[in-house]
Amino acid sequence: MAAGASAFEGGPDIIVSKGDERDSMVLSMGPQHPSTHGVLRVMLRLDGETVIDAQPEIGYLHTGIEKQAENLFWQQAITVVDRADYLAPLSNSLCYVLAAERLLAIDNIPPRAQVLRVMFAELTRIASHLVWLGTHGMDLGAQSIFMYAFDMRERILRIMEFVTGARMHQSWFRIGGLAIDVPLGFLAEIDDFIAVFCERLTDMRTILEHNIIFKDRMVGVGRIGAADAVSWGLTGPALRASGVNYDVRKAFPYSGYETYDFDVPVYEGGDCYARFIVRLDEMHQAWRIIKQARERFPSGPVVIDDRKIVPPPKTEIQHSMEALIHHFKIVSAGFNVPEGHIYQAVEGPRGEMGMYLTSAGGNKPWRVRWRPPSFYNLQALKKLVIGNLIADVVAIIGSLDPVFGEVDR
Amino acid sequence: MSPLLELVIIVAIKSAILIFIVVTSFAYLMLAERKVLAWFQLRVGPTWCGPWGLMQPAADAVKLVMKEDLTPSTADPIIYKLAPALAAFTALLAYAVIPFGTLPDGRPIAIANPNAGVLYLLAVGSIGVYGIALGGWASQSKWPLLGAIRSTAQMISYELAMGLAVVGVLLVAGTTNLAQIVSGQSAHHVWYVIPQFIGFLIYAITATAETNRAPFDLPEAETELVAGFHTEYSSLRFGTFFVAEYINMITVSAIATLLFLGGGDGPFAGALPWLTVVWFLAKVALLLFVFIWMRATLPRLRYDRLMAFGWKVLLPVAVLNLIVTAAIVAFVR
Repeated sequence: MAAGASAFEGGPDIIVSKGDERDSMVLSMGPQHPSTHGVLRVMLRLDGETVIDAQPEIGYLHTGIEKQAENLFWQQAITVVDRADYLAPLSNSLCYVLAAERLLAIDNIPPRAQVLRVMFAELTRIASHLVWLGTHGMDLGAQSIFMYAFDMRERILRIMEFVTGARMHQSWFRIGGLAIDVPLGFLAEIDDFIAVFCERLTDMRTILEHNIIFKDRMVGVGRIGAADAVSWGLTGPALRASGVNYDVRKAFPYSGYETYDFDVPVYEGGDCYARFIVRLDEMHQAWRIIKQARERFPSGPVVIDDRKIVPPPKTEIQHSMEALIHHFKIVSAGFNVPEGHIYQAVEGPRGEMGMYLTSAGGNKPWRVRWRPPSFYNLQALKKLVIGNLIADVVAIIGSLDPVFGEVDR
Repeated sequence: MSPLLELVIIVAIKSAILIFIVVTSFAYLMLAERKVLAWFQLRVGPTWCGPWGLMQPAADAVKLVMKEDLTPSTADPIIYKLAPALAAFTALLAYAVIPFGTLPDGRPIAIANPNAGVLYLLAVGSIGVYGIALGGWASQSKWPLLGAIRSTAQMISYELAMGLAVVGVLLVAGTTNLAQIVSGQSAHHVWYVIPQFIGFLIYAITATAETNRAPFDLPEAETELVAGFHTEYSSLRFGTFFVAEYINMITVSAIATLLFLGGGDGPFAGALPWLTVVWFLAKVALLLFVFIWMRATLPRLRYDRLMAFGWKVLLPVAVLNLIVTAAIVAFVR
């Protein structure tokens, strides 16, 4: 192949091979491929089964989330940002809500809301990592782990449904706190989960961690060094597996993460196996955080008492004219946010999930710019897969764990 | 009626009955696999079709028949349609010589009992790859092509080790007649899995690879090659490949039972000849369970590792096993 020239220019004509490319084959992996985790398309140029060039193509799941958010009131936009990383909806909305709160200069979020936000962000992280664990195992041919992981995820989703009424797009966080308080019986549910999860995680880990075939597929595959990982903009488990200790929860704490005792797993390998171990360790750390959050669990309100931003409780609306007006204003016209712009990041399951919000002073965001960790992590794909086999492409995509809802937005 | 015609009619009736039994057992093997996998994976498996899901295979068959039978426009029509038939045909051929048990008069329950039975089995086993290779090639599509290449490479590298493992048994038994191999094991009260344990392991591994089962299911690795060689096949043609794969599973289990596990030998089998069939089927079922167990447990090997394992580990070990066996047999006799 000519140096520097892309083999994939010109759309469908790429199948035509010429000159010394005669021995290679172009293969379109995706967008409907079982292991591209949604709708990634990778154009592969193959020599036998060895990848000699690769070109990821994204955009098949573009839903215009950023643009939609611009046409919704500040509090309504939570429902669309939830849908970006659809495996970690609460992390998305946490990011958006924190950014909006900083624009509004709200710094008196009630402690109960803070604790519940952390607890549910970590539950979301575990649920997301469990989907990754199941599908990643499945990609490598280990079928049963998929069911074990989804069984555990189901428990988390049941808790989510119990608390928020929705399994996937909870939209439970609000600017100023939470939508509703947890129902009676929640503590028993979460205690049950805390008691079961650690043991089940160890079980799931045991199935694959030292499996000879599994290690053979993972160790040394898709290796990326610390310097490369930083310059490609990798974050989250993919970065920490390359030996860089960067976690937004430690570096720029939010929602009171600085008061929790947890470790950031960092490994040096930089390969698929290191990313695998990092995520497993992260699940354990998330479990520790949930346990600490459960031990604190303060009482009190779950939302700030600011009638300009948070609608008053229903009971009050029924007998207070003023409360009714506040409710009507917030529902029909939203609230204005002071002019300004802000970047707020949270540590999502896939890495630094960032939100750059611009307000022109109106009741809708002027610009919602998303920094989806998957999008940046996925950029390294081309570098990682060249020289590997098709089977490794599957392993590498799985270990980067992209979610196309947020890549394409 | 001439004796020849009589022979042909009898064999034809026997074959028809046998094919019916084998195809039925395929259907219930499929159900068993789904059930057992489900138990491994915290699920319940099929339950809706009939009691305990027992009519599921019939429902699957009806579903497959009613699907549209597609042929890619660029495919080679003749080879494309021949390939699944070839796969299923060769899968069924092996049953011509497999002795399912012993009659009271000592004759084996089999359609034919040729002296070169083992060689026949190895031969028809090797033809099986043509169905996959041709099917993948004739589809004129890239994923099936990769599957076909993988399959061919895998067959070639594992067939050798498998043949050598079987030769070890032939040396110990001193015959290539399947019925005699079985009766030799019951006569000496030792199953050949004991003197030929390494050979048994090699056979088990290579048989898994031959039948494209996990962890060696690379030719049809769903998460890598979409569906491998049968990506383009639909309807009954896909079903036929499916039948072939499962029948091959039963075949290799039956061969392993005959060569290494004493065939129909077992407690009281000498006194009650009909028990030989029960023992034989029980052993085959056990081996099939191991197949499913492996599928539930193991991740898939990578293509290059699979080849390296075949050529650099299995083949040398098989040769070594053969040399040691030959030396011991030569000294003892």
